[in-house]
Amino acid sequence: MTTTTSAPSHRTDRRTRRSRLTSGLAMAAVVSLVAVGCGSSKSTSSSGTVGPKTPGGTAQQSVGAGEGQLDLIAWAGYAENGSNDPAVNWVSKFETDSGCKVNVKVGNTSDEMVQLMKTGQYDGVSASGDATLRLVAGGDVAPVNTDLVPNYQDISPFLKMTQYNSVDGQAFGIPHGWGANLLMWNPAVVTTPPDSWSAVFDSNSPYKGKITAYDSPIYIADAALYLMKTQPDLGIKNPFALNQAQFDASIALLKTQKPLVGEYWADYLKAADAFEKGSLVLGTTWQVIANTIEAAQPGTVKTVLPREGATAWSDTWMVSSKAKHPNCMYKWMDYITSPSAQAQVAEYFGEAPANPKACGLTTDKQHCAVFHATDAAFADQLHYWTTPTKACLDGSGNTDCLDYQQWTQAWNDLRAS
Amino acid sequence: MTDATASAPIVSSGSPGGLGRRLSRSLSRHPRVQLGGLLSGPLLWLLLIYVGSLGALLLTSLYTTDAFTGNVVKIISLDNFRELITNPTFRTVTLRTVGIAATVTVIDLVLALPVAFFMAKVASRRTRRALAVAVVLPLWASYLVKAYCWRVILDPAGGVLRKTFGFSPGFGVTGAVLVLAYLWLPYMALPIYVGLEKLPNSLLDASGDLGGRTLRTFWSVVLPLLKPSIIAGAIFTFSLSLGDYIAVQIVGGKAQTIGNLIYRDFGASNLPAAAALAVVPVLIMIGFLVLVRRSGALESL
Repeated sequence: MTTTTSAPSHRTDRRTRRSRLTSGLAMAAVVSLVAVGCGSSKSTSSSGTVGPKTPGGTAQQSVGAGEGQLDLIAWAGYAENGSNDPAVNWVSKFETDSGCKVNVKVGNTSDEMVQLMKTGQYDGVSASGDATLRLVAGGDVAPVNTDLVPNYQDISPFLKMTQYNSVDGQAFGIPHGWGANLLMWNPAVVTTPPDSWSAVFDSNSPYKGKITAYDSPIYIADAALYLMKTQPDLGIKNPFALNQAQFDASIALLKTQKPLVGEYWADYLKAADAFEKGSLVLGTTWQVIANTIEAAQPGTVKTVLPREGATAWSDTWMVSSKAKHPNCMYKWMDYITSPSAQAQVAEYFGEAPANPKACGLTTDKQHCAVFHATDAAFADQLHYWTTPTKACLDGSGNTDCLDYQQWTQAWNDLRAS
Repeated sequence: MTDATASAPIVSSGSPGGLGRRLSRSLSRHPRVQLGGLLSGPLLWLLLIYVGSLGALLLTSLYTTDAFTGNVVKIISLDNFRELITNPTFRTVTLRTVGIAATVTVIDLVLALPVAFFMAKVASRRTRRALAVAVVLPLWASYLVKAYCWRVILDPAGGVLRKTFGFSPGFGVTGAVLVLAYLWLPYMALPIYVGLEKLPNSLLDASGDLGGRTLRTFWSVVLPLLKPSIIAGAIFTFSLSLGDYIAVQIVGGKAQTIGNLIYRDFGASNLPAAAALAVVPVLIMIGFLVLVRRSGALESL
């Protein structure tokens, strides 16, 4: 018998450092349902067109039985299971129908979504236009066989096969919906309702220290959009296509804004909390944040689409090239583009549904009219989040624009200084 | 670790010629093999997992990332470090982070000294126990909960401070320093308490008998003997503050520390840049420990 001396192992007392409230909420989705298995296999064995070979492999040819689970990365408010608001729940129905238990990880920024997709632990993502092509180029998402998504045929034609959701004639996702970033304020403090983005850029603002801005390089486009309307001499045609002079002017504007900003937001729940408590009273937002605040403290905030217009998003559900539950993902893409799910998500998030059939099912019958859901001309005017590249995106053919790396660099410097 | 060399007589349960017996006999004849056997496990852990991950970190910091796809490009270059050196913003952030860590350490020291002294030298046994529990008590609650509580306290619009005192530093560097000082106080108070407890009362009496007043006794007797404890505490508070980013995110307002930048780069799929940034706190800690070593405090630790 040998005597064993266990050496003292020093283990530093490290707490699990979780940065987000939201992941906790996402985890709640796991426990909420018991219905597993018996997925209705929709064996739509289609002819299937195989597109050009991309880093993400080839598109699926059929949808088999569900794998019992689905791991999603989604924008806040895109996959609600009642844990934020018992009345807001369209995930449970999907879980019962398909047998796929849904786990949702809320992505706060497009950068974060790209990073999460690279882990290979998720089946799909609701990617905005500033993430989609990066995911395609990185081989993180697979081509999508739209024949396997029956509801795809009802989606507004102007959202199909766009430059941000297809490559060389091959679809890379299913359109979800689109809308504009809004200006939100607390009417108890900001007594004159603002109707211009100047409210968040005015260096003499009486709300100094209580203004907020979105914490992502893509927010530079908000400054560029404002300059596009207020300083026409700069010649900005598209807030995502900025040459050095235009870019510098945008950054200079953001630098004058920084002293006004109390906190930048990326976590939507933190932003909602700050508005509820009153430490923030004015700034850019998504309608879903206003709705979250409204549910907790009615009358705290109001939102407006300022007269300069706004940057906007058009989102796409994409399938991971490493998806462990691809059948559940295809079932989800069909479910979330169905008229009833589209109606719920569009109203909750405050956006135009991709499927116009949803317009007849919204609680507010004016919803689609207010959000110009079927108005392709209106949709064209919005400036959708897209990844800036050297080749200018304004159709000028110039190649002197700053790319996303330079945007990131400048934003990081601005935030850290 | 050297305790392991003390070899106890090994009792064998096997038969006289058994394998166990022979093994134990040969082990007792070769104390080095015995030592090696005992230490190889922990050493392997230390080398592979601990130093190995540091090596992986260094290696990653030499790679770059494709700006568009976010995929890591495995070509060795010093670009990340060049960026760290040439970018003035980064210097600002480093100075801010070190400033926060140093301030937190000083605040904790000033707070911990009197409490620990009272506990070790003045309080009755029962009070001492109650105080020890009180000092450790905050460690029972989750870090996150404490940080969010402070968000409620510091809130510039109607937070606890604003309501009771009409003033709040709000969210920013000051808020972050306050919260970090609160969070890490036990890590400073406990080593100092232990150090003071080991300090014989007779020394204090002797100093008094020789005419030393309170301050003189503190500076010339207590403080020099307490130096190793203070340094142990300072290593905790300084390094914990240096790496923190969550409290800063919650109560730091717009302020960013090195930790926030690392988190940011990781979130933007730029692991190499994050790794290069992470080397900086490592260097700062090495510098800090070298300074400490030079002061001779590590020998008596």
